[in-house]
Amino acid sequence: MTEQEKNSVVQCDACPVRCRIKFGRAGACDRYANLDGELARVDPLVIVERAKKDGEKLIPFLSKEHEWSGDIVVADQHFVTAVGAGTTYPDYKPAPFIVSSEVNGIDMVTVVTEGIFSYCGVKIKIDTDRHLGHEQATVRCEGEAVGHVTTGEYGSQMLSLGGVEHLTGGSKKEGRVTCQCLLDLCNGQAVTLNVDDGVEIVVQAGQPPIINGVKEERMRVGCGSATIGMFAKQWRDHVDDVVVVDDHITGVMSEHQAGKLLDVEPSGIVIKGRRSTPGRYFQVASPGTGWGGTDIDDPLSILGDFKEKEAKPGQSLLMVSTTGEHFGYFELDDTLKPVEKELPDELKASVMRIQENCEPAMCSVMFIGGAGGSLRAGVTENPVKLTKSVKDTLTHVTSGGADVFIWPGGGITYMVDVTTMPENSFGYVPTPALVAPIEFSMRLDDYQALGGHMDSVQKLEDVLAATKIRQVGQNQEASWPMASKHYEWGPEG
Amino acid sequence: MYQHHSAQLPDGKRLHLQQGPIDLIIAAEGTETEVQKAFEQANLVFDGLLARLVLDLGALRSPYSADLLVHGDVAQRMVRAVAPFASQFVTPMAAVAGSVADHVCQHICKTCDLTKLYVNNGGDIALFLASGESYRVGLVADVEQPDLNGTIDITADQGIGGIASSGWKGRSHSFGIADTVTVLADCAAEADVAATLIANAVNLPACDKITRQPAHSLDLDSDLGERLVTVDVKRLSADEVEEALSAGEAQAQEYLAQGLIKACALTLQGSTRVVGTMCLPTILQSTQLNQLEGAQL
Ligand code: SF4
Repeated sequence: MTEQEKNSVVQCDACPVRCRIKFGRAGACDRYANLDGELARVDPLVIVERAKKDGEKLIPFLSKEHEWSGDIVVADQHFVTAVGAGTTYPDYKPAPFIVSSEVNGIDMVTVVTEGIFSYCGVKIKIDTDRHLGHEQATVRCEGEAVGHVTTGEYGSQMLSLGGVEHLTGGSKKEGRVTCQCLLDLCNGQAVTLNVDDGVEIVVQAGQPPIINGVKEERMRVGCGSATIGMFAKQWRDHVDDVVVVDDHITGVMSEHQAGKLLDVEPSGIVIKGRRSTPGRYFQVASPGTGWGGTDIDDPLSILGDFKEKEAKPGQSLLMVSTTGEHFGYFELDDTLKPVEKELPDELKASVMRIQENCEPAMCSVMFIGGAGGSLRAGVTENPVKLTKSVKDTLTHVTSGGADVFIWPGGGITYMVDVTTMPENSFGYVPTPALVAPIEFSMRLDDYQALGGHMDSVQKLEDVLAATKIRQVGQNQEASWPMASKHYEWGPEG
Repeated sequence: MYQHHSAQLPDGKRLHLQQGPIDLIIAAEGTETEVQKAFEQANLVFDGLLARLVLDLGALRSPYSADLLVHGDVAQRMVRAVAPFASQFVTPMAAVAGSVADHVCQHICKTCDLTKLYVNNGGDIALFLASGESYRVGLVADVEQPDLNGTIDITADQGIGGIASSGWKGRSHSFGIADTVTVLADCAAEADVAATLIANAVNLPACDKITRQPAHSLDLDSDLGERLVTVDVKRLSADEVEEALSAGEAQAQEYLAQGLIKACALTLQGSTRVVGTMCLPTILQSTQLNQLEGAQL
């Protein structure tokens, strides 16, 4: 250590205290420290304690009273996660913890490390039909570009944030804001984003999105046309025609195939959009945050004059959005102009049914990152062997003990639902890059065959006894990382 | 950009709030609606609390004087809490953890109708008990192996509103060598200051088994400046332990007589003294109790 290093002070800006931390010391909260002149997160290791069979929920929290209670350690009930393990980047030193335990008589090792990911980001699925912005539009956080709107999915809009271009390819501020934005999203915090020529949206994993200040309650049951198909039978005896307003495909019962099959009479209705097939219209309005993801507040604005030949005075019309949140009931007067009336009870029930069939809208946040060569080298002397072992399912990868999806192809690029991980699993380094936990579990002899760092293997009991431990329950939705079904040699392998 | 972390624990009875160095566990009892309301109020009062506190940080890190000017609610609470102790060197920072706990606890009590409430700020605890209610407080001897080493029953009529602990191994630096000093007092802020000062008094000024360093060499922002703080204590002889504990005990007795604290337990290398007989005696006799670190509710 040089004199200069010894004197180096880093400032933490993770909270308003903004501690100036001396070399080798921790900040006021003990969560951040100056390690080798770099700011690093120093949470104690997280142990996912296997949830009792009869269903304790995940106990995602860190507090003194839940650190190791002194229980006798039962090996197949504890799994050491990498949260707080620290990292060896960019050294080719063994990963911080290589832990062995016996599970069902098989010697297992788990290599635990916190990876520094500059190639990483989040994919966000937002359940809403509202138009957030055009595909490819830039998504900003605090004015800085942090990602873009990507291909929409069924009933949902998708954002892709982060990635090396924003983390290190842009200005310093862009990198810092992107890093903080990803960190907050991954740790389950709410983040406000702005889409160029689009909306302001508050995104939080597992929570409904808040779009331009309005909380989105439901995701639509189907497009306007599909909704006609589902509900035409319930409507035909109670109303002469129905229009389901939708940004994508607006449906009209009297013209729609479903209506025809039920002998619904033509109603003389005229829709202003572009007709696709009978009863289905594109582009009745511009995308927006009004009815059914369009920009309209007055549904009648999408109607032309009723055709005199077919329409009759007194004829009834229901207009409803794809989530049932907006609806209006009209009857034609003597001049064939629709006049708003109170919604009859029979129809109220069907509108309610649309609402019921819409699932609660939610934001889901998937972290995606790739384990680079140096991270893999912390696990074995021959990084490519690890990749192969993962693909051959001899090695099972988890992130904070949670299930991950591994992309086929080269390297180890994985995705994980951040809500399945222990609380505050992510950290960052000022590079800027995200720090995420990653664990590789395998049989001890497979580890040896990989060229593993056998000298560094510690017994689970020793890790539990010697290190500051934060113990959390297992997430019920995740599978037990060491269950044999994950492995090629397991029962179904 | 800074947001605090907030999560309700799965038992539905406790809320965890955290930002920077503040880590609160809040447990409320009452009707379900009042408990939910309490958690909403806790979130409200916690929002921005640290940011406001930071604005007064400069003044809060200077030694107490009657004309110290601070603006925030919590900051004023801290200054008020150290005032009665100011015959010796003390900065309002000695009351920071307890004052935050008190502030949140009292805000919730004002707005919600609860039977019991505690706000635990990393071991410094503010509590409220409606008439007839009681808390059983567990004590942990060693953080490295947090077993429950005993319990204290606190009842509403004892008028205890705060519990706090201090020691040289804790987060904040100490001039003394006590492993732990735990204090029960009217409020958490006073308990916090008293625990800090009593822990400072448990000391052997001229003993070469104690290593000390200037506080600012460890923490640039320390309110203790160049003053020497304890960084290591070697095994002491029985006489030395007794001498140090007696010094601390004298200080605790003085505060007890002045009505500043209700009870206090001091531990140093396996020996324990108790001041104020109120609720502590039964459990602290244990000789294994070598380190009474933090209290757990
Ligand atoms: S070290 Fe902790 S207390 Fe200090 S600025 Fe960072 S988060 Fe805040």
